Amino acid sequence: MDNMTLIVLLLILMGVAYQLGLTRSRAVASNTTGRMNSRPGYYGWLVALWCGLPALLVFVLWTLLEPAVIRSVVFSQLPPEMSNLSSQQVGNLMQRLGDIASGYGVSGEPAPYEVAAAETLARLRDIGELAKIAVMASLALAGLFIARGRIRPQLRARNHVEKVVNAGLLLCSGVAILTTVGIVFSMFGEAMRFFSFVNPLDFFFGLNWNPRFSSTGHSSYGDFGLLPLLWGTLMISIIALLVAVPVGLMTAIYMSEYAPSWLRSFAKPVIEVLAGIPTIVYGVFALMVVGPFFSNLGDLVGIQIRSTSALTAGFVMGVMIIPFVSSLSDDIISQVPQSLRDGSLGMGATKSETIRQVVLPAALPGIVGAFLLAASRAIGETMIVVLAAGNSPVLHANPFEAVSTVTVTIVNQLTGDTDFASPQSLVAFALGLTLFVITLGLNVVALYIVRKYREQYD
Amino acid sequence: MANSTMESGVDPRARIQSQVEQSLRRRHAREKRFRRFGLTAVMLGLAFVAVLFVSIFSRGLPAFWQSTLTLDVRFDPAVLDMGPPPQQKPEESPRDFQQRLNAWNFQLTMASWNTILEDALIAEKPALEEHRRQLRKLFTSGAKYRLRDMVAENPSLIGQSREVTLLADAEVDVWIRGNIDRSLPDARLQLSPEVRRIADELHEDGLLNVTFSTTLFTNSDSRSSPASAGLAGAFMGSLFMMLVVIVLAVPVGVASAIYLEEFAPKNKLVDLIEVNINNLAAVPSIVFGLLGASIFINWFRLPLSAPLVGGLVLSLMTLPTVIITTRSALKAVPPSIRQAALALGASRVQTVFQQVLPLAIPGILTGAIIGVAQALGETAPLLLIGMNAFVANIPTTPFEQSTALPVQIYLWQGNEMRNFFEARTSAAIIVLLLMMISLNAFAIWLRKKFERRW
Repeated sequence: MDNMTLIVLLLILMGVAYQLGLTRSRAVASNTTGRMNSRPGYYGWLVALWCGLPALLVFVLWTLLEPAVIRSVVFSQLPPEMSNLSSQQVGNLMQRLGDIASGYGVSGEPAPYEVAAAETLARLRDIGELAKIAVMASLALAGLFIARGRIRPQLRARNHVEKVVNAGLLLCSGVAILTTVGIVFSMFGEAMRFFSFVNPLDFFFGLNWNPRFSSTGHSSYGDFGLLPLLWGTLMISIIALLVAVPVGLMTAIYMSEYAPSWLRSFAKPVIEVLAGIPTIVYGVFALMVVGPFFSNLGDLVGIQIRSTSALTAGFVMGVMIIPFVSSLSDDIISQVPQSLRDGSLGMGATKSETIRQVVLPAALPGIVGAFLLAASRAIGETMIVVLAAGNSPVLHANPFEAVSTVTVTIVNQLTGDTDFASPQSLVAFALGLTLFVITLGLNVVALYIVRKYREQYD
Repeated sequence: MANSTMESGVDPRARIQSQVEQSLRRRHAREKRFRRFGLTAVMLGLAFVAVLFVSIFSRGLPAFWQSTLTLDVRFDPAVLDMGPPPQQKPEESPRDFQQRLNAWNFQLTMASWNTILEDALIAEKPALEEHRRQLRKLFTSGAKYRLRDMVAENPSLIGQSREVTLLADAEVDVWIRGNIDRSLPDARLQLSPEVRRIADELHEDGLLNVTFSTTLFTNSDSRSSPASAGLAGAFMGSLFMMLVVIVLAVPVGVASAIYLEEFAPKNKLVDLIEVNINNLAAVPSIVFGLLGASIFINWFRLPLSAPLVGGLVLSLMTLPTVIITTRSALKAVPPSIRQAALALGASRVQTVFQQVLPLAIPGILTGAIIGVAQALGETAPLLLIGMNAFVANIPTTPFEQSTALPVQIYLWQGNEMRNFFEARTSAAIIVLLLMMISLNAFAIWLRKKFERRW
């Protein structure tokens, strides 16, 4: 019986428990003169929860702990000289024993100790399986009947059920914290392992990026200098902001202050479409359309522009964040009180003077916050740069040449690689940590500014 | 004197007036310029959308049509020299029967299908007999398996004829449709001059046609037979991942939104959760890929390239989106509803689940759909958990290897057969965009239909 069936059976049992609780509470209600504390459904739920939750808890703990327990029992049987294996070898050996135990066979003749261990493994697994089912079934049934037996008019079933609901909701909110903790710990752990190979100073301040393949031997790992990647990221982000900020900001101003309503109702959703397009589409668009276009344009005016360059990637990324900038600016501009506008217009200022000299200065902190959010978007963007930036991690200031970024390098170093032991793949986590810290910092500052600004006019 | 008084009396006013008029002109010109800037920005935005869609669609739409050969194929018993398929004998164990069946299928696969294809063409155009060896290059290698599958399904076909529409080779397709410069020297063309000439002749005779083809939707990715490479596998992978997101991210996200919006007391823990969610919403997607690679793959040893793992990573990624949209949907329900329910003696839980939540459902669904659409279009994190592996099968469960639509686009754009796969890539983008647009349209429709103004 696999886990899926087990869970489905448990759910069915919970349904039965609900019904039993329901009928029981009705029976109790008809036998007493007083009022029941809760509606019958709550008694049903209470019985169902008593039936399901303990068994489910046991199931989760059992599934998590069983492999470790079985492994320690099996390994205690192995010859003593096998006691100091690396975790990789342990995993391989367990895989091999599992294959022997399941009867699929393995390459090579299994050693006698392996056969014995595999037999133990198979036996333990069978026992574990049966024991798990037995424990779960007895807990579920015990819970069911105890809870059903406790149904009285005084039993505050609703309060109990609501407490469980509350706890469940809180647990779900905790997933967000768990995710952050997971990100921070996994990044930190793997990055620390990377720094055991490479000096952090060489990583953060190195000017060369040239990781050699791990097959060339352990004597030298190559250079892991972060600065060329960071510079490429910065260059592309600046180009993207140079495209997105003027267009986005002017769009927002025009839409909110000038545009006739027919244009607004048409243009706004159309431009918002840009925000919903997957980044891979922008990447292919950059590669197939924008890159060749810039390259031809360069030929026309006599500048050499590579078709995959910082300019191509930055431009397309700018297009991508236009709606982001414009909708954020729109929010912020519309928060400037109408009285400021009216005052300025009443003094005889033109509309554009009002916007430039009254509205924008008043909205400036919020707009700066919006730019920072846009910048953090641009820094973390991956697919456009993977396809269109040309992947050349060299320090140079020419936007018409290929560059590489932090995100591109993460993809290159980790794609399809599961060997998490070499600095070549571990560096992805150090890069990811850097990226995480930068975007987090930008966001915290931006949100702080935006919030501060909101309070100003509330 | 009178003259001078007149001058000195009128002059300052006229001067001021002309100054004001000048400055007004300047200011109005500036106003106009500013407006024009704004209009230009809006037009630029619209132009970007137009260029993007026009270029993708103009490149991608042709890929839904492909070069095919419609031929009367004779399943010649002389070539397909095989007995009838094995039948289960009463005394035979299932395993032995399976072995015999496998042997029969193997023999069928190894039959000279090229000869059958060549014969079919020669039957139409006997003059081609002298170029017999070249003819097989016209067909994509998937054509052979197509015929084989027909026989395996219906062994009585041996000895009969059937009209079959077979896909032409990708290079032939490129040549026929002029997707390659026809004046290139021989050395830079993949097809030999002979095959090119035959293809042109067949095209003129109407045997080789460009017809609407559904292979893009029905087949999985293929390396050996690029012409029959399709999106079915990637589509299923994406579907499974969306399912995982719907099962995990949506309930958990809605539950935590309900907690934060309706139940959470003001304390440090709740503040921490809120800050966390806001920050998670801004974490670059690739970081979630790193999380998946490190925790799900390296730690929990979940299988590489499985939609389940992809779905888990995407669920974590879309969780903040779902939470934030659900919270705003709950916020939109007026407090008077809650107060009325509470005043009638309902508990907080009853109020929320029986009054507030039903009213917020359209908004919550919209948020969930937006989250799912976001997950559908995401590529970067999937690359880090091995979903960019080449997978030729269509997955049937979320535990099997598979790719996803955006990853398939990534793989195809990198294919060496540029001339053929550029259109294929754009076609895949069209499919992806249509899916996203229909999801979003559904969300908008839901909102329009059930939106209530208070």
